[in-house]
Amino acid sequence: MERIEDIFKQLSTALRIAFLYKIVFFIACFSITTGWAKTITVCNTCEITSLKKAIAVAEAEDTIFVKEGTYNEFNIIVDKPLTIKGENFPVIDGEDQGEIIRITSDNVTIDGLFIINVGTSYTSDHAAIRVVKSENFLIQNVVLEKLFFGIYLEKSNNGKVYHNKIIGDAQDEYNSGNGIQLWYCKNVVVNRNIVQKTRDGIYLEFSDNITIDNNISTENLRYGLHFMFSNDDVYTNNTFENNGAGVAVMFSKRIKMLNNTFHKNWGTAAFGLLLKEINDAEISGNTFEENTVGINIEGSNRITYTRNNFIRNGYAVKVLGACYTNVFKHNNFLYNSFDVSYNSRINDNVFVNNYWSSYTGYDLDRDGIGDIPYRPVKLFSYIVNRTPETIILMRSLFIDIIDFSEKVSPVFTPDNLVDENPQMKKIE
Amino acid sequence: MFKILKYSFFDLVRSRWSYVYLFFYLALGFVLLFLNNDLSKAVITLMNVIIILVPLIGTIFGVMYYYDSKEFTELLLAQPIKRADIFLGQYLGVAISLSLSLLIGLGLPFILYGLFQSTAIWDFVLLLVTGTFLTLIFTALAFNIALYNENKIKGFSYAILLWLFMAVIYDGLFLMSLILLEEYPLDTFSIGATLFNPIDLSRILILLKLDISALLGYTGAVFQKFFGTGLGFSMALSALVLWVVLPLLNIYRKSRKKDF
Repeated sequence: MERIEDIFKQLSTALRIAFLYKIVFFIACFSITTGWAKTITVCNTCEITSLKKAIAVAEAEDTIFVKEGTYNEFNIIVDKPLTIKGENFPVIDGEDQGEIIRITSDNVTIDGLFIINVGTSYTSDHAAIRVVKSENFLIQNVVLEKLFFGIYLEKSNNGKVYHNKIIGDAQDEYNSGNGIQLWYCKNVVVNRNIVQKTRDGIYLEFSDNITIDNNISTENLRYGLHFMFSNDDVYTNNTFENNGAGVAVMFSKRIKMLNNTFHKNWGTAAFGLLLKEINDAEISGNTFEENTVGINIEGSNRITYTRNNFIRNGYAVKVLGACYTNVFKHNNFLYNSFDVSYNSRINDNVFVNNYWSSYTGYDLDRDGIGDIPYRPVKLFSYIVNRTPETIILMRSLFIDIIDFSEKVSPVFTPDNLVDENPQMKKIE
Repeated sequence: MFKILKYSFFDLVRSRWSYVYLFFYLALGFVLLFLNNDLSKAVITLMNVIIILVPLIGTIFGVMYYYDSKEFTELLLAQPIKRADIFLGQYLGVAISLSLSLLIGLGLPFILYGLFQSTAIWDFVLLLVTGTFLTLIFTALAFNIALYNENKIKGFSYAILLWLFMAVIYDGLFLMSLILLEEYPLDTFSIGATLFNPIDLSRILILLKLDISALLGYTGAVFQKFFGTGLGFSMALSALVLWVVLPLLNIYRKSRKKDF
């Protein structure tokens, strides 16, 4: 009996040990298959001294750590799902040779690099970081300087461009590139970037369902933000200041423009927001301050403008024909030289419940709505549209007199273009 | 001439109207800057006031002074003094006292609000220069009108008419011709037409210096190109000088021949 018990004891301990081995074996297998990813360090004194070499030896899912230093490299191709992370902003200097980083794989993250000297070319659009036909990319905390194109996304979807700083030195439109460019992309988020002194700060072409928010785009040669043939995009809480023109939205549908600031886009051909062939958009809660033209509208239909502030612009809204069924509601028009300019006598747009600082009517029944309608189009702006040379008479006493008489009895301006319910108090 | 000038000048400086005029500008300057501390914005508002008001005050004051001091003038004419000296002296007395009211009245508040630290200083100087020119021009024109008309009522109405024409009607005609001739290139025409009216010329010279010039678009660019060059600017200045000199020559000529 005792012997039998001994045998059992020995058996159970053997089984227990085997079980333990099994667990260890399993964990080992598991870590090999899912990749207990390697970390490769790149620095000037390390074994690996260039990013290119690091990418060559790396395997998928690895992380490449780039230490502080300067790396003179260009045409770096990231063709594996890697995370490239910079420590204290290592400098990748392209030495004006051409493109610097090209991502051709899915699931790539680029974080914390300082990339300078992208080559200028008249035949190909060299970019600091170009993403080609890839998914789930993340580009963040990157600083770009002395660039041609900054971040160029090409046929790439479901990615994020977050918290980058792009500072160009564009002088002329013909030999400069865009800060962030999206070409045939879908579902990309562009968020908290700063773009300065490039041609177009952010440029979208054939890109749908893009979210652009909390970016600051200033001092760009052409537009702060530019849409072409892109639909269903949203941009919110961005600031556009001192650009050749703030934002241009062209040939696009269902764009939402919410709570942005358009500031000081001032010059003879400048404007805050340009709309050309735009349908079914929503423009709400934006502030247009000190632009030559707040919004320049051409051939755009079914747009609702609500709760925007137009402050001290040359023209708050300039309508250039072929604009139907637009609604302006609950906006503030404050101290603009011209509130609304129209070049035709036909009007199909609705202005209602806005606050106009130059409204001189009264409110006897104290319901907060002026008792007499307001006519936002001045005769002078009508004349200027007809004969542009007459603008030279601006601020002449004669013009004030004819504006006043037109206000009293409209003859030339569209007689149904009135705000029947002008607000007596500024809309908060 | 200087004796007469001195006499006219001190006579005017002691008069109530000079003070009213001075205090008006002082009040205007201080109120404007009190309401809005931005000097360059205040310059725009002042421009509106100056191009309308300065010519009006210049004409009315000039005509009034001439008629008021007529008896004294006749007394002087009996003395062995050159006729031109008498009238030019009186003219300068009026023009200088009005200009001083303008310069002190506007200059003082702006200096107190830190004009010298501001970038608007050249815009402001231009404003004062054109304001002074407008005073000189319209006072001279007023003296001309008064010399040609013995009848006070007639003289006053002509003076008012002159102001109305320059400040309002001229622009109306200008606008009409621009619209009627819109088929033709109008750049040279509109530059020419502004040179012929000192009020328009001052308005455009100031507008071009301000931010608001961006609103003028293409036309503004043409004007900027013309007045921005040394040649254009000196042409504008010489047009203003001519507007002073020609009426003065006429005062000189007329006063020599006129029967009193």
